[in-house]
Amino acid sequence: MKILVCISHVPDTTSRINFTEENSKFDTNGVQFVINPNDEFGLTRAMWFKEKQGATVHVVNVGGPETEPTLRKALAIGADEAIRVNAAATDGFYVAKQLANIANEGEYDLIIGGRESIDYNGGMVPGMIAKLTGANFVNMCINIEVEGTKVTAAREIDGGNEIINTNLPLVVAGQKGIVEESDLRIPNMRGIMQARSKPLKVKEPINTNIETKITGFSKPDLKGAVKLVDNVNELINLLHNEAKVI
Amino acid sequence: MSVLVYTESEEGTFKKIAFEAVSYAKGIADMLGTSVTAISINGNNTDQLGKYGASKVLQVSNDQLQIFNASAYADTIAQAAKSEASHVVIISSSANSKYLAPLLAVNMEAGFVPNVTELPTSTSPFKISSTVFSNKAFATTEITTEKKLIALAKNAFGVLENDTSLTTEAFSPSLSEKDFNTKVASIEKTNDKVTIADADIVVCAATACSKPVSDLGWRPHGEHVGQTGKPVSSNLYIAIGISGAIQHLAGVNSSKVKVVINNDPEAPFFKAADYGIVGDAFEFVPLLIEKLKEFKSNNA
Repeated sequence: MKILVCISHVPDTTSRINFTEENSKFDTNGVQFVINPNDEFGLTRAMWFKEKQGATVHVVNVGGPETEPTLRKALAIGADEAIRVNAAATDGFYVAKQLANIANEGEYDLIIGGRESIDYNGGMVPGMIAKLTGANFVNMCINIEVEGTKVTAAREIDGGNEIINTNLPLVVAGQKGIVEESDLRIPNMRGIMQARSKPLKVKEPINTNIETKITGFSKPDLKGAVKLVDNVNELINLLHNEAKVI
Repeated sequence: MSVLVYTESEEGTFKKIAFEAVSYAKGIADMLGTSVTAISINGNNTDQLGKYGASKVLQVSNDQLQIFNASAYADTIAQAAKSEASHVVIISSSANSKYLAPLLAVNMEAGFVPNVTELPTSTSPFKISSTVFSNKAFATTEITTEKKLIALAKNAFGVLENDTSLTTEAFSPSLSEKDFNTKVASIEKTNDKVTIADADIVVCAATACSKPVSDLGWRPHGEHVGQTGKPVSSNLYIAIGISGAIQHLAGVNSSKVKVVINNDPEAPFFKAADYGIVGDAFEFVPLLIEKLKEFKSNNA
């Protein structure tokens, strides 16, 4: 089985969110970038398929050279090969088009992405890859087993789970549950050393149309300080008369 | 040319988000000088959609679509958009809508913007605001394609009444075998109460929980609120004994009013909350329940 894991290079959760160039660009100054958490759950599941079922695991990302450390980290966790599509990830559709092209070229059986990236929260790339390549698709995937070309997957729905039967080729959007938090791996020294000599291929993007473009950012108004109350009656009074939520 | 809105139902009953989506579609239709057409897949009592501004319902009654199937549902909506010549399609942000959205966007060749919180700031060029960075910022996005797919964020717009006379037409999509390549084998509901994503009021620690609580298996993952759990956009969010780690806050940022009860005055949640009580949850929560009951009976 050939697996492609799509990795988004995102600001760490604790990053301060600021914008530059008249609020048109995300300010990367002082920001620590990480593997998107939802993608990391998927990558860890891919490692399980590699170890238990002999799968080959490639990772891919659409981004400039500054995203390579994130790909190297994925290699250090255990991926066999990395591909970087040398382009700025402008919108979800553009990224999906690039990744669908890589998916078609590499003839992957299983493509794993994340439920959403924690920066733009689009949640659209895996589904779009599926539609563009004609593969089956399971969103918000919390478990996946593969036997031959048969797949049993679980999906989180509002208020529960459902079990889905489908076949390869398949795209899944993973999240916590596809592996547990405790299964996540911190690269060890050996992994980091090996990652240095693993292939990291750079490919130029294909031409495609742009469907959406972000023209500006803004931040919500600063919240007033918390109003401390010392009894329940006052709280209920405030929720009713001031906040008007009850 | 009408604005098409997908109105979600479960076992025939429309969800609250369906009415919110119609209300929003009516707002966009007014801006574009057109009307709202709703598409319902096996929903009952479609007449009620007129109350929120729909002037036409395309009603799909199809046994193959009794259980949600993202590919078949996306194809149905795309075909409805084509038959109505709708260039703007509105959906909600439920788990099912999030599943079908990217398939629908590619099928329609529509520029797609999710997590939209308000009406477009302009329709020519078409510019719309949505939340990004886990509700820590807003982005204004220009959709440059002729067709547009917009997913409304939960509880962002509200349900607005707008009585409109309504006609209903049957609609039969043509579905292919390929649409059913993914099949639901079984569905397990953790409870039949309201889900945290749909709730108006969320009490953290009772119907929702933080990550350690879900990791330890005390509560199911579906109740874990936060970055890697579920986002919550309720009107009122009460966090009881929740410290407010940044990952947890990422999941509650879009809730409107936040109340925190914690015996640690240094808990980070106090910085994010609107109202706070510094005190022992075991003392304040029973009191709160008692007083809320009293309040409810006085205001019933």
